[in-house]
Amino acid sequence: MFDVDIWQEIFSTIKKNKLRTFLTGFSVAWGIFMLMVLLGSGNGLSNGVKEQFAENAVNVMWMWTGETSIPFNGLKEGRPVKFNNQDYDFLTTKSKEVEKVSSRYYLPNDILYAYGKEYGSFETSTCYPTLQEMEMIKINSGRFINELDMKEFRKVVVIGDEIRKALFKDEDPIGKYVRIGGVPFYVIGVSKDKKNSDKNRQAYMPFSTAQRIFSGGDRVHTFTVTSKIVQTTEEAEAITDKIRADMSKRHTFDPKDTRAMGSFNMLTQYIRTMKIFQAINLFVWIIGIGTLIAGIVGVSNIMLILVKERTREIGIRKAIGATPFSVISLVLMESVLITTVAGYIGLVMGVGLMELINMGLESATAASGPSNNSFFLNPTVDFKTAVSATLILILSGALAGYLPARKAANVTPIEALRDEN
Amino acid sequence: MISIENLHKSYVTGNNSLHVLKGLNLEIGEGEFVSIMGSSGSGKSTLLNILGVLDDYDKGNYYLSGKRIWGLNETQAAITRNAMIGFIFQSFNLISFKNAMENVALPLYYQKVNRKKRNLIAMEYLDRLGLKDWAHHLPSEMSGGQKQRVAIARALISNPKIILADEPTGALDSQTSLEVMDILKEVNDQGITVIIVTHEHDIAALTKKIIRLKDGVIGEVITNGDLQMYRDRVKQE
Repeated sequence: MFDVDIWQEIFSTIKKNKLRTFLTGFSVAWGIFMLMVLLGSGNGLSNGVKEQFAENAVNVMWMWTGETSIPFNGLKEGRPVKFNNQDYDFLTTKSKEVEKVSSRYYLPNDILYAYGKEYGSFETSTCYPTLQEMEMIKINSGRFINELDMKEFRKVVVIGDEIRKALFKDEDPIGKYVRIGGVPFYVIGVSKDKKNSDKNRQAYMPFSTAQRIFSGGDRVHTFTVTSKIVQTTEEAEAITDKIRADMSKRHTFDPKDTRAMGSFNMLTQYIRTMKIFQAINLFVWIIGIGTLIAGIVGVSNIMLILVKERTREIGIRKAIGATPFSVISLVLMESVLITTVAGYIGLVMGVGLMELINMGLESATAASGPSNNSFFLNPTVDFKTAVSATLILILSGALAGYLPARKAANVTPIEALRDEN
Repeated sequence: MISIENLHKSYVTGNNSLHVLKGLNLEIGEGEFVSIMGSSGSGKSTLLNILGVLDDYDKGNYYLSGKRIWGLNETQAAITRNAMIGFIFQSFNLISFKNAMENVALPLYYQKVNRKKRNLIAMEYLDRLGLKDWAHHLPSEMSGGQKQRVAIARALISNPKIILADEPTGALDSQTSLEVMDILKEVNDQGITVIIVTHEHDIAALTKKIIRLKDGVIGEVITNGDLQMYRDRVKQE
């Protein structure tokens, strides 16, 4: 079936009908081109948004406190609610919904960082070692806070890259002491986020140390926790509700009182967004496949006309000994050849266009520096998709050729030869 | 070579059934040179199709080279045609986008002979028919006589037992017709059975046996002495 002859047979007919072959091929190429562009754009959008989520673990949740706004259990509104270290113990040991926990104690806003003659005001994130994973903190040099730092109340700090630049210039900060609010802290690491420059103006300090040195008692301002990963927004909300219910019991406030305790569950947002992208993706495939089907119908149509035109020739072939199989394979192979070659051209052009756009985007990002709000990232089609598209093409070529091929196989030589064209 | 007993064939179109062959008996021996004549509707095309394994029949027997042709599927029929029968048509039926050599070589393609070899054999046959110089020409560049000679070469290339020619001279002028008949006679001289369907008396007169169909059966068979008389009569016309 795959000998040279059948290809010569096919090419001789294609050569005879260049324009028709081109137009047929074009419809298929256009279909697959559109599919690739749509898929690429869909991917770009989805990648862009995923990148937004990539700043934190997707299953992260933040909690903070305020004053009650709803009377509860005979207590009037306006009561302050405060988290404490017992809440941390509860969350880490008792709560089934929570996996990892990090507490935060806020240092005064105007606290100064100083090294030598340089000083500045920076934000301090006091935390547990678990925060690194939860907030995707990238360490450029040195290390992040560890359990031992916590246990021994070590005065250590991880500084953001902007702080390093401001205080240390070209000096290596690791092993140096930076004075924070007048207290010397040993620099153990430098964090650097390529995308989010805000994070680079932050320092990370062991929570235990901060609470003790800056006289926090057992006060906790906020909790950052991760929950188990679930698939639906309902489940994610149930997790939020359960944690809220637990906390409301501990501090006596209405679980619905968002002023008493605020919370934000990233997972709900993430699932919701991913659902949208799944829908967009499905939509893109439907449109793309629809366009492709139009192309296939075109090919099928053309092949039918071709078979009709070649009825006599097929009749001759059958009279001199062509088996039905050889006739079918002749038509089918031609159809597959046209769709595959044309489709592949469309594929390459579609993927090429998306790569070009990607290159443009990347150079634009490189020129303007890292930005937080690009909602379009890496709008390319992955290898797997391209391969499945190619398979779809071959399959659709066979599909397009099937009816015409059967018609050709059913040509009876007597009638074909009687038919004077 | 060909033995037909009590052959029946009807065509059914809608509610009408047209009984074309009505118990036809026919014997054609190996190496015969036969023409089949008959007015239109006498069943000669139908008979030719059955002889050529292009069509099946309803009742009776058809033995080709001792083998009964019955109930073949399309593939088997194609293989039988390829191996046993060479076809020559009135309208040549060459494939327009293939040159003379490729047209001649086509039956060998379906025998899975490789390209080089079959083109070589095709050239041999073209040479034998005096068309060596035309091997690379397309049919559209040739005269009717040349095209028919290419068709004859194509019919011969698979070494068939029988040549079936359907009005082989129908599209040719009388001079060329005679040339084509000469070639067919030479083919016959090599021992191949040649069966010509024609309505032209002078063409039929050039064969060695004339079978006249009438109303779905054999009307008369003209051979030997009768044939000579027939030829004389044709000449006078």
